[in-house]
Amino acid sequence: MAGGWLNGVKRDFTSEEALKEYFFFLADDALMLGQQLSSWCSKGPVLEQDIAIINTSLDHIGRARLLYQELAKMEGGEVTEDTLAYFRDHLGFRNALLLEQPNGHWGDTIARSFLIDTFNFYLFDKLRSCSNKALAGVAEKALKEIAYQAQWSAEWVIRLGDGTEESHHKMQQSINSLWMWSGELFEAHPMFDQLDDSFVRFESLREVWLHKIGEVIKEATLIMPSPELWMQTGGRYGVHTSELGFILAEMQSLARTHPEATW
Amino acid sequence: MGTNVSLEDKFQSYVDAENKVEPKDWMPEKYRKTLIRQISQHAHSEIIGMQPEANWITRAPSLRAKLILLAKVQDEAGHGLYLYSSAETLGEPRDKMIADLQSGKAKYSSIFNYPTPSWADMGTIGWLVDGAAIQNQVMLTRTSYGPYARAMVKICKEESFHQRQGYEVVMKLTQGTLEQKEMAQESLNRWWWPSLMMFGPSDDNSPNSEQSMLWKIKRKSNDTLRQEFVDKTVPQAEYLGLTIPDNDLVWNEDRGHYDFGEINWNEFYDVVKGNGPCNKERIAHHVKAHEDGAWVREAASAFAEKQATRKNKESSAA
Repeated sequence: MAGGWLNGVKRDFTSEEALKEYFFFLADDALMLGQQLSSWCSKGPVLEQDIAIINTSLDHIGRARLLYQELAKMEGGEVTEDTLAYFRDHLGFRNALLLEQPNGHWGDTIARSFLIDTFNFYLFDKLRSCSNKALAGVAEKALKEIAYQAQWSAEWVIRLGDGTEESHHKMQQSINSLWMWSGELFEAHPMFDQLDDSFVRFESLREVWLHKIGEVIKEATLIMPSPELWMQTGGRYGVHTSELGFILAEMQSLARTHPEATW
Repeated sequence: MGTNVSLEDKFQSYVDAENKVEPKDWMPEKYRKTLIRQISQHAHSEIIGMQPEANWITRAPSLRAKLILLAKVQDEAGHGLYLYSSAETLGEPRDKMIADLQSGKAKYSSIFNYPTPSWADMGTIGWLVDGAAIQNQVMLTRTSYGPYARAMVKICKEESFHQRQGYEVVMKLTQGTLEQKEMAQESLNRWWWPSLMMFGPSDDNSPNSEQSMLWKIKRKSNDTLRQEFVDKTVPQAEYLGLTIPDNDLVWNEDRGHYDFGEINWNEFYDVVKGNGPCNKERIAHHVKAHEDGAWVREAASAFAEKQATRKNKESSAA
């Protein structure tokens, strides 16, 4: 693994660190997606969808909060959900790179949601039986929301893919250009050496995910990119794209201007 | 002609007896037009009002604050939708209302033509702007047009929740650091007078009011509502330790109300005419979102048509 751009990242974890790492993956994914979706507010293609996307954003940020609250308990001391969201830099964030990709147009946002929502659906379904009770509880609560999100984004992929010639072309482009960020979701990770089997191994979801994605893409009359294409990596180790800096700068600006304040 | 007069008389006595007018009832054309104007204006205000607050969602300083603000803006979008539907019961299609908003033919509440440079504005808007809106909307729960009155009952519940949340944001600022207190006061300084303007021109200069009162669309005059708002808000500001930016503000024992200074009506009329700091920006934002979404809406209709055709084929084959 040495010699690539992930040279030097941390690969040894104690069991305590591994548990936190797992929580950070899920929490940062949720926060990042919620944050990105929230900037659609007042810009949706039709009022009903403005409402839908705000609602989805609320769900993601709500889930992020629950996970950060658990992390704050593990960290102890002065750490809170807000210090975790607002006072970590890019190196601390563990979200998959897919989620920091820009909103782009409606089709880009839908494609990004479709890839992650489908993943989340299988992940959280299994996490309901996680040995970590807190995580199992979050999964139980979140699964209904995630099922709705996965249905919403898949329906939009179909609608746009099988809509007009223009929307078909746009949807295909969106999927093609986001595809290389999807592989990271299924990476093996050294933290798993320290976690029991009920912490769902992401790689175990790859097959069922590919199957579902393929079905939807087919129904949308689109072409599925090859799963064998080169995939990007880094987010799970804190190595990010340039996009993340701007997202954090915007999100954290006020909180960091007044570090002593409570809101 | 004679029939017309008697229909209108009948309508007036129906309304006078506190009956609700329903979509299929006969109503004077001007009543219908007035309502379409007012309800669509109200819907547009909810929709344009999303912008100054959406402006802070991505920068909200805590996750809890972000969730509350998101939920609030979502409620506003919902109110907009609800009100557009209510206006549609009068025969006005939503597309036309949107086109009128974008062309400038239809108005929305002028308060949203002011910017939100400060986080404190998220509190002040909830406290003052939603507070002023409630003053008006509580009255409208008893308005004579049924669908509008019922929409208002639901909307008022959520608005009063928003007002409490806004007040809480301001309260946290006033209990916080020196900078936070300054933020709260600075925000109040900017929003106080535009909030008073929300009630519209003074009674002597309100062209549409008299007929609306007669038809019980409107049930209290602009100045009455404004006075109620001032009386209610001054003690709230005192409790927060904030100073209302009006040197003429004083309790009048004889009237049992606060006296307050003169509104700058030039500013009011200029902002209404389109000269506020954000008039152009608000409409441009709405137009851009609408145009950017055109291909999405077209795709959705094309897909729906295809689905319908497929369904027809299936059923004729079966």
